[in-house]
Amino acid sequence: MKPFRRITSRVVPLDRANVDTDAIIPKQFLKSIRRSGFGPYLFDEWRYLDHGEPDMDCSHRPLNPDFVLNRPIYWRAQILLTRENFGCGSSREHAPWALEDYGFRVILAPSFADIFYNNCFKNGLLPIVLAAETVDRLFGECQPGTMMTVDLPSQTITTHFGECIAFAVDPSRKHRLVNGLDDIALTLQHAEAIKAYEARRAAETPWLFNAMN
Amino acid sequence: MTGRTLYDKLWDEHRVCSEPDGSSLIYIDRQLLHEVTSPQAFEGLRLAGRKPWRLSANLAVADHNVPTEGRERGIADPISRLQVETLDRNCQEFEITEFTMSDPRQGIVHVIGPEQGATLPGMTIVCGDSHTSTHGAFGALAFGIGTSEVEHVLATQCLVQRKAKNLLIRVEGKTRPGVSAKDIVLTIVGKIGTAGGTGYTIEFAGSTIRALSMEGRMTLCNMAIEAGARAGLVAVDETTIAYLEGRPFAPQGEDFEPAAQSWRNLHSDIDAVFDAVVELDAKDIKPQVTWGTSPEMTAPVDGFIPDPQLVQDAVKRESMVRALQYMDLSPGMAIVDVKIDKVFIGSCTNARIEDLRAAAEIVKGKQKAAGVKQVLVVPGSGWVKRQAEQEGLDIVFKDAGFEWRDPGCSMCLAMNADRLEPGERCASTSNRNFEGRQGYGGRTHLVSPAMAAAAAIHGHFVDVGALEPVSTPIEISQSAAVQPPSRVKTGQTHKRKKH
Ligand code: SF4
Repeated sequence: MKPFRRITSRVVPLDRANVDTDAIIPKQFLKSIRRSGFGPYLFDEWRYLDHGEPDMDCSHRPLNPDFVLNRPIYWRAQILLTRENFGCGSSREHAPWALEDYGFRVILAPSFADIFYNNCFKNGLLPIVLAAETVDRLFGECQPGTMMTVDLPSQTITTHFGECIAFAVDPSRKHRLVNGLDDIALTLQHAEAIKAYEARRAAETPWLFNAMN
Repeated sequence: MTGRTLYDKLWDEHRVCSEPDGSSLIYIDRQLLHEVTSPQAFEGLRLAGRKPWRLSANLAVADHNVPTEGRERGIADPISRLQVETLDRNCQEFEITEFTMSDPRQGIVHVIGPEQGATLPGMTIVCGDSHTSTHGAFGALAFGIGTSEVEHVLATQCLVQRKAKNLLIRVEGKTRPGVSAKDIVLTIVGKIGTAGGTGYTIEFAGSTIRALSMEGRMTLCNMAIEAGARAGLVAVDETTIAYLEGRPFAPQGEDFEPAAQSWRNLHSDIDAVFDAVVELDAKDIKPQVTWGTSPEMTAPVDGFIPDPQLVQDAVKRESMVRALQYMDLSPGMAIVDVKIDKVFIGSCTNARIEDLRAAAEIVKGKQKAAGVKQVLVVPGSGWVKRQAEQEGLDIVFKDAGFEWRDPGCSMCLAMNADRLEPGERCASTSNRNFEGRQGYGGRTHLVSPAMAAAAAIHGHFVDVGALEPVSTPIEISQSAAVQPPSRVKTGQTHKRKKH
C-alpha cells in the first residue's frame, strides 16, 4: 500500500448524498477477475452517456459533459468532497478499488457507510468525517481549481484560504496509512516469528511440509 | 489445570504470536484454492510484488464453473471460462500445484483434499469457501475465508484470528434403518438453528459419530457452517488413520506410523470444558427432508409441513410463511406427498463413493419415475467417478434413466450450465436450500443420497428406512471406507449386505 502523509490537490465537489457502491462501480464490473483497472469505470453511469461493460475501451466512449469529474480541470484530482452516507449499499470492495485506481486518496463527507469506511483503509484511501456545516461551507468555497492540503500525521486540512481544520482518525488505522502498511505488511513484521514457528514444526511434524506434486 | 478440547489443542499448536488487542496470528498448514475466490488474491500479490510464502502449502482446483458433460468442448460461458483460465494461469505463474479440468484427479475442492491426503489431522486448513469446514472430519481446524484473507495466507502463511468458543454436540446410540450422516446433521441444524453454532467451533462426538465412516463425518462437518459454526471437528480415531494410509500426499511407508502416532492425540481431554453442550439420541433421528428455504427448516420424512400459525415468534412465523410461499407448499401436507421434478445427487456434502453406493443400492434394477424430468448424478471427483465405474454404479444409474456426469459443483449452486428452471422442485443432496440457489425460482429439498435416489424412483419422497429391503445401517460403514483407487483392482465390486 502507498504510504499516506501529505496530499495537496484540487478538490472535486460531488454534491450528492447517499452515493451507493453501485453508483461508484456498477455491478456488471464485479464479474471481473481483477482488482485493479476499475478506475476508468468509476461512477460509470454518471460519467458516460453509453452503457459500460467490463473490458470496454473507455477512451472512445461518449462523456457526460455535465458530470463534474469530466471537467478537464479535475484531471488527476485526489480529493473528493461529497455528502452524507457515502458508499452505502453492497459491501463490494470494488468500490474503494475503483476510487483508488482512479487516483483518489481522500474523501471528505459528513458520514460514510460502515463497511465502505473500513474497506477504504484496507486500500490506501483516507475517508474523513467532517461536521455537516463544515462540509456545507467547503462546498460553498469550492470553485473549479480550488486546492486543499490534507496532512495525516498532524490530522489537519488546510483550505485554499488558509483555514486549518482538524479531523479525527483511529490511531492504529492512522499508523497503517502513514507507514503504508497493509494487513499483509503488518503480519510480515512477524516474519521472523513465522519462520521460527515453521522451523520448529518442520522438525516435529515433517509430513506437514511435504511437497504436493 | 483443566483439560483442553480438541479445538483448544489445534489453536494452541498453531498460534505464532498474540496481538495486544486479543487477536492471534495463526499459522495455516494448507490452503486450497479454486477459481471463484482466488483471482483478486493473486492479483493483489502481483500488484504488491509479493511471492507465496510457502508453495507446498497450496493446492488448487477448478470446480464451481466446470461443465459436467462435454468437457472436451471447453466451457461455453465466457465468464466461467475466464475464471477457470485465470486460475490455470495464476497457478502456472506462481508455481502452485493445480488439478486442471482435464486432470483425472480434478473434483470438488472439499472432496479432493481428503481423497489425496492433502487434508491431514492436526492441520489448519483454509479455502475461500465456507464449506471448508468439511475437512474438520479429520481432526483438522478448517474454515472458510474471504478473498483478501486468501491473499493474506498466500503472502504470509498466517491469518489474524480471534478464538471461537467450544460447542460439543454428542450423539449416542444406534441409528434407525435408512438414517445417514446427512440426516444426523440436518436434525442437528433443525434443532439448534442456523445461528445455533455462531461464534463456536463444533466438536461432534458420541458413539453414533464414532460409528460413522470418514465420508459420513465429512458430510457432518460440511454442514457445520449451516449451523452457523465456521468449523466443525471430529476427533481422530483408527477410522481416520485407516482412511489416510496410502493416500498420495499422506506420509508414506515408514513415515506413516510416527505421524499416525501423533494424530492419536487429537481428541478432547476427558476433563475438557465446553462452553455449551447439545445431546441427541440417535434413535430419535429419522430420515430428513427440508421443506423451506433455510437448512433449519427440516422435518422427518414421516412428518408434515408445519403450520406457521402455531409458531409464537412473529419473526420466525413470517419467515416460515414466506418460505412456504416460495416453496409452494401448504401446512399439514404430508412430506411423502410432495412430488418432485428433478433430482440432484452430488456436491461436497454427498458426492463421495459411499454416497453413490447408498444411492445405487436404492436404484438397482429400478426405473426413474415417469414424472421426474431429470436425475443428475455428479461424482465429487475424478477418482470417485473412476471407482464408481469400477463398481458398476454408473450402469445402475444409467439403466434407471439417470444422467452420469463429470465431477464438479454442478447444480449445488448452478454456476455452470446445470440448473433448475423457475418453479421446478428438486430433491438434492447438497447443503443449501436458499431461494434461487439451484437456479432462479428453483425449489430445493435437502435430503440424503438414499432419500434422493428413492424420490427419483417414486416421484415423491419416501421413507428409505421403511423400504423393503431395509437399507444398510451406518455402523457397517467402517468396512465400506473407500480405498484409494490406485489400490483397487479393476472390476472389483464393493461387498454389500445381502437383502
Ligand atoms: S459443491 Fe456446492 S457447497 Fe460445495 S464447494 Fe461446490 S458450490 Fe460450494
